[in-house]
Amino acid sequence: MAFDPLLLSRIQWAWVISWHILLPAFTVGLASYIALLEGLSFATGNPAWLRASTFWTGIFAVSFGMGVVSGIVMPFQFGTNWARFSDATANVLSPMMAYEDLMAFFLEASFLGVLLFGRHLVPPWAHFVSAIMVAIGTLFSSFWILSVNSWMQTPAGFSRGEDGRFFPADWLQIVFNPSFPFRLAHTVTAFYITTGFVVLGVGAYLVRRAEPGSEPRLMMRMALALLAVLVPLQMLIGDMHGLNTREHQPAKLAAIEGRYDTAAPAPLTLIGWPDDAAAIMRYAIEVPRLGSLVLTHSWDGEIRGLKEWPADQRPPVAFPFFGFRVMVGIAFAMLAVVIAGLVLWRRGRLFETGWYLRLCQWFAPLGFVAVLAGWITTEVGRQPWTVYGHLRTEHSVSPSLTGADVALSLAAYGIVYLIMFPAGIAVMIGRIRAGLSLRAEPRDPVEGLQSRAPVKAPPPAAE
Amino acid sequence: MAPGGVLFDFLPIWIVILGLAVFFYVLLDGFDLGVGILYGFAPAEDRPLLMNSIAPIWDGNETWLILGGVGLLAVFPLAYAIIIPAVYFPILLMLLALVFRGVAFEFQFKNPAIRRLWRWGFCLGSVLATLAQGFVLGAFVQGFRVKGRDFAGTSFDWLTPFAATTGVALLLGYALLGAGWLVLKTEGHLQDWARRMGRICLLGVLAAIAVVSLWTPLADPAVAARWFSWPNVAFLAPVPVLTALAALAAWRALNGWGPDAGPFLWAMLLFLLSYLGIAISLWPYIVPRQVTVWEAASSQGTQAFLLIGTLFLLPVIAVYSSWSYWVFRGKVRGDVGYH
Ligand code: HDD
Ligand code: HEM
Ligand code: HEM
Repeated sequence: MAFDPLLLSRIQWAWVISWHILLPAFTVGLASYIALLEGLSFATGNPAWLRASTFWTGIFAVSFGMGVVSGIVMPFQFGTNWARFSDATANVLSPMMAYEDLMAFFLEASFLGVLLFGRHLVPPWAHFVSAIMVAIGTLFSSFWILSVNSWMQTPAGFSRGEDGRFFPADWLQIVFNPSFPFRLAHTVTAFYITTGFVVLGVGAYLVRRAEPGSEPRLMMRMALALLAVLVPLQMLIGDMHGLNTREHQPAKLAAIEGRYDTAAPAPLTLIGWPDDAAAIMRYAIEVPRLGSLVLTHSWDGEIRGLKEWPADQRPPVAFPFFGFRVMVGIAFAMLAVVIAGLVLWRRGRLFETGWYLRLCQWFAPLGFVAVLAGWITTEVGRQPWTVYGHLRTEHSVSPSLTGADVALSLAAYGIVYLIMFPAGIAVMIGRIRAGLSLRAEPRDPVEGLQSRAPVKAPPPAAE
Repeated sequence: MAPGGVLFDFLPIWIVILGLAVFFYVLLDGFDLGVGILYGFAPAEDRPLLMNSIAPIWDGNETWLILGGVGLLAVFPLAYAIIIPAVYFPILLMLLALVFRGVAFEFQFKNPAIRRLWRWGFCLGSVLATLAQGFVLGAFVQGFRVKGRDFAGTSFDWLTPFAATTGVALLLGYALLGAGWLVLKTEGHLQDWARRMGRICLLGVLAAIAVVSLWTPLADPAVAARWFSWPNVAFLAPVPVLTALAALAAWRALNGWGPDAGPFLWAMLLFLLSYLGIAISLWPYIVPRQVTVWEAASSQGTQAFLLIGTLFLLPVIAVYSSWSYWVFRGKVRGDVGYH
């Protein structure tokens, strides 16, 4: 079989972005958490905050480094593999990506150096401000890149030239396109939740290990309090996000629901086996009327089925269908963990309940799974379009590429990422294992970079 | 030349901004890639110090690469859509090399063997990323096959003797910048070593500049006409003359003449002059001999929307990134590493 450059480019894109998204999913939340810890340390002078912040900064440094290198790969993908897409959409999308660089990446990168290496070189307030700047940078980054992605989902505010290229007509409509507010809220909340579960799990691990000091308990309590608010909120936002998708991308919604035939009232398909060729859901387990209730908020609302679109305009059902169920399943499981935690906390047994601490550890990576599942739902559900309803994926790929070219590059990305990411995860786990008490500073070797600057910050709490 | 009917043409401003962004990238990541290249030749006990000298700033430096790439997409989308697929493999090599190089700063394994492996990844990554950029430069100067709005060649067109030459030239050039940086940031025997490496690189760079300066006009009559026709030759003569003077000054600075910042600054001037030389040869093409800057430009609305923010943001960026360099000013020291 000859290699298909289109298919391979799609796989390559999915591979590099899926790894990349895992890091923002962690660093966006962690940057804010570190800024909070730095702020508490600055305001109260309590060394516990400083030690917690230092511990997390060491882990943050690794994940941020991986986020940067996997991120630099991304904008070049548009040129290498999606040149037609770039030519067609650049007039609309490129300024937003440039703004991401100018507003977010420079901010993060400049203040990151001070955050990681500068504790003794700048006064404490400047170190705190650097932590805030890094956190703000990650949020700006999410803002702009999600605006880009949302425009591809629900394009607005543009006109098309004779040659089919997209031109800007109204920037407000472009940036704040219909799905953007929901996607931004849902994704950033997802990032905070993901980080929250990591902090909860690591805190539980340290408690179980009987780590001295109050920090592990502080971490668990902070994470639980945050999650108690965010997990239910995320379900609410997710519901609104889905309603918005129903309005603007009805074919994607049909795929998420696994609905081939239009129905009113529509049942909710809990699980089944989608068969795109025959356009039926096999072995479906359904709850009558629940689909209408969830998606139209009425007893007999209509949900359109995929058969209303020609076959070459339907997304494949399996990925959105299962991706969505994984995400929502995890959301409910998370809610259960949070409620159990709150109950134990009230009874004062949070830190003594062995099974619960272990459960928290098991849940630490689940946010990442939910994020990936959600994105796969979103992106595969948009197919066969790159710009929904306007530009097809097969018209987006670079025409000069052969199948062999892309097979080679995909293999290279495959090998390098499979070396780099596991190594990075190993480094992070190593730093978690090292615990809090051993390191008063995140990174030893680069301390005291310079000989002439006066040391203004007080020395860290002596061990 | 401005597209009909518009009040104001933003393109000249954008050409300056983008030109500066690419130049800044070359200077800033140039010296930290150069430090990575020299890492392989450094005395073993000083190697960690080399890495420490750039650890807090490399990320900021690479941010200019993103600005260069995304800026090209924003201002000259057609050029982006033609050039980037044409250099598919050099870009791939550069990105993967930057991966290894970037994570090496953070991957500090307990096991010394694994740790050493990643450190070599840092060095090799720096070498390969530079080589790849040099190939891109060479391929760019030679031009691409274009049909309609697409690149029409193969994914291996970039592999030419000329591009190999520019690849080696850039290796020497970045290493020269790196040596200049190390003279500035180190003292004692390490500084002496950096000066020696700098002198070797400088000789290589001068040879490379000479080869490329002869090769391009011989290979391309349009370039020859640009430089050697009257009156251009009079206007452009300062470029080679200044290059020779800058080279002389760099040589003396590497031998200890003037302040420690000297070698770094003179090397930067050499880069600036070479950069101007290439721009003069190719103007007004953004895809050489195929697409001019006007043909490749994005719409006025796109340029205007991005310009408003950029004019505000660039000075702000200049302020805070200078501050972060300022925080880490002075010599790097090894003895205070572990406390
Ligand atoms: C911690 C992660 C997480 C959790 C717990 C949830 N989600 Fe989610 N979801 C995401 C993380 C995520 C995401 C990865 O961030 C996505 C991908 C694109 C996006 O906008 O957010 C997403 C997409 C996404 C979409 C697709 C929208 C579209 O592409 O048009 C819908 C309909 C929902 N979500 C709905 C929900 C519901 C109803 C949830 C709870 C009951 C839920 N999500 C929990
Ligand atoms: C960060 C989380 C993201 C993930 C996990 C993700 C995942 C995916 C996947 C799996 C596909 C392939 C769909 C298919 O071909 O069937 C895809 C397509 C695509 N996505 Fe995303 N995506 C993400 C975000 C983005 C963003 C932010 C953008 C734009 C800036 C984007 C642009 C694209 C483009 C251009 C394609 C078309 C190429 C293709 O079909 O493979 N994606 N994405
Ligand atoms: C949902 C999708 C995405 C989100 C929320 C996101 C967010 C982020 C964040 C917060 C960072 C900072 C590093 C880190 O925290 O790990 C980052 C890095 C980066 N991202 Fe993404 N990203 C997404 C997808 C993309 C895409 C599609 C591109 C390419 C167009 C991209 C390009 C980059 C680049 C170039 C960096 C490196 C920045 C640096 O040097 O600091 N990202 N991303």
